[in-house]
Amino acid sequence: MSIRTDLDIIQQWIAAESRVLDLACGDGALLKNLKHHKQVEGYGLEIDPDKITAAITNGINVVETDLNKGLSQFPDNSFDTVVMTQALQVMRFPHLVLEEMLRIGKECIVTFPNFGNWRARSSLFIHGRMPITKQLTYQWYDTPNIHFCTVKDFEALCDEKNIHVIHKEFVAERIPDKQIKGIWPNLFSDTAIYLLSK
Amino acid sequence: MPDTIPENSVGIVTPEVVHFDEPLELACGRTLSNYQLVIETYGELNGAKSNAILICHALSGHHHAAGYHSADDNKPGWWENHIGPGKPFDTNRFFIVCPNNLGGCHGSTGPNSINPETGKPWGLDFPPLRARDWVQSQAKLADRLGIQQWAAVAGGSLGGMQAMRWALEYPERIRHAIVIASAMKLSAQNIAFNEIARNAIKSDPDFRDGHFLEDNTLPRNGLALARMIGHVTYLSDELMGNKFGRELRSGSFQQGQDTPIEFQVESYLRHQGDAFSSSFDANTYLLMTKALDYFDLAREYDNDPVKAFSHALCDFLVVSFSTDWRFAPERSQEIVKALIDANKTVSYAAIDSNLGHDAFLLPNERYEQILYAYMNRVADEPSCSNKVAASVEASS
Repeated sequence: MSIRTDLDIIQQWIAAESRVLDLACGDGALLKNLKHHKQVEGYGLEIDPDKITAAITNGINVVETDLNKGLSQFPDNSFDTVVMTQALQVMRFPHLVLEEMLRIGKECIVTFPNFGNWRARSSLFIHGRMPITKQLTYQWYDTPNIHFCTVKDFEALCDEKNIHVIHKEFVAERIPDKQIKGIWPNLFSDTAIYLLSK
Repeated sequence: MPDTIPENSVGIVTPEVVHFDEPLELACGRTLSNYQLVIETYGELNGAKSNAILICHALSGHHHAAGYHSADDNKPGWWENHIGPGKPFDTNRFFIVCPNNLGGCHGSTGPNSINPETGKPWGLDFPPLRARDWVQSQAKLADRLGIQQWAAVAGGSLGGMQAMRWALEYPERIRHAIVIASAMKLSAQNIAFNEIARNAIKSDPDFRDGHFLEDNTLPRNGLALARMIGHVTYLSDELMGNKFGRELRSGSFQQGQDTPIEFQVESYLRHQGDAFSSSFDANTYLLMTKALDYFDLAREYDNDPVKAFSHALCDFLVVSFSTDWRFAPERSQEIVKALIDANKTVSYAAIDSNLGHDAFLLPNERYEQILYAYMNRVADEPSCSNKVAASVEASS
């Protein structure tokens, strides 16, 4: 697959010709796709130099930004959708970033790796060590992922902050997870995708 | 000059003089009845005239942006790092134009030109200029060269201000603005440093109220001092620390020694000042620093940068350098914020560098990568190609 599955789902939730802010946009693959298929007006924020260069090459509006320093430069409700894919877990304060996203965007899309997946759980249960899986490839002492959460954790945070969950989808690549993820998302999904509003 | 000219240099270049026998109305209300611009060009203008790039110089810059003037030239143009075959401003793909700004002292009409009304050098009587006057004269130059639209207008510092002004004054004539180490307006601190520099020049007895050429003198000391002040603001504390520290050039602090002490940094600054004072015009320095002080991109747009940029049609690349304290990264971020709020196409890179404001002139791997990536994008656009533009012309 040329583009991550979660990106396909995200695309369905974004209105054509809307204004999109992509936090930790990487090489701009999502925005490039959205620009092409949905004619969005998109801006990506990124901090990694090589990814910024790649995003410029991809013809994406990329703005070098340290998300941990806040997003006060963006006015309230200045974007239709604020997206952050697979980056919540690397934020210094995920809850504050989420608050900022909801302030800036009318809607927000967040995707994160589900640490509640049975593979992660069993790795911890059986081996008694922090999981290293296909998705979570880092050693605990040297990882950008400093704030893992599970689907349940995330929903608890949404409850606590009165964040409205408009849609959610779960992605699992492998068998049997793929077939049964709907029954018990927190146990079987690799990636959780949420569409949120205030 | 190096023993052999490097392959990625444009090589030996010759400036051209472009005369304009027509009046130029200036922002100050005065008119230049005729004027000339000295320019250098590199690369070839394609048949569709769609691959032209205007390079705008900074305070003490000039038209000589790349290459060498002769085999004996000991240093290349000021943006040799970025202009040349295979470089970000690739002369195999682009036609690059770099004029010396009006009011300059390297061949374009300026304070040391002859005032046709008096038959004497203009001196301090030369009309005060603003960035928009330069932009207007550059538009006339584009007309003369047959360039309807620049693929890009690029510049660092004061050059970046001209690129932004271009985007607002002639939105249809520019596809990309590349704004490096610049700002939408000067801070009080910036103006203060400029005023100190101007005072240094004016208080030199050889300045003669700006008419030193008539009196056959040069305010070298004042101009050197002005340059020393300016130069400190172009460097970072870190760079000066690394380069000079507290090293002594002469003398000693040993007990019982009474030899005069000179720090390396003192000697360096003096050298910078002396070199500059023999190659630059004091009145041009006054004029350029005033133009800098007056520049305020959004002044006529109700002081609202978003409103100002809403007039732009081009794409923007904004670049800043971490230790630049003359035009700090925050100034660039203000530009970017206004552009995003105005819904304009913009990318921004904040380059890590310990070289201060001068970083925009110096080699830096990441800076080059960003320029390469962006300029490739500019070159690859259908609007930049010879074929597409030519076919549009054929069908019209």
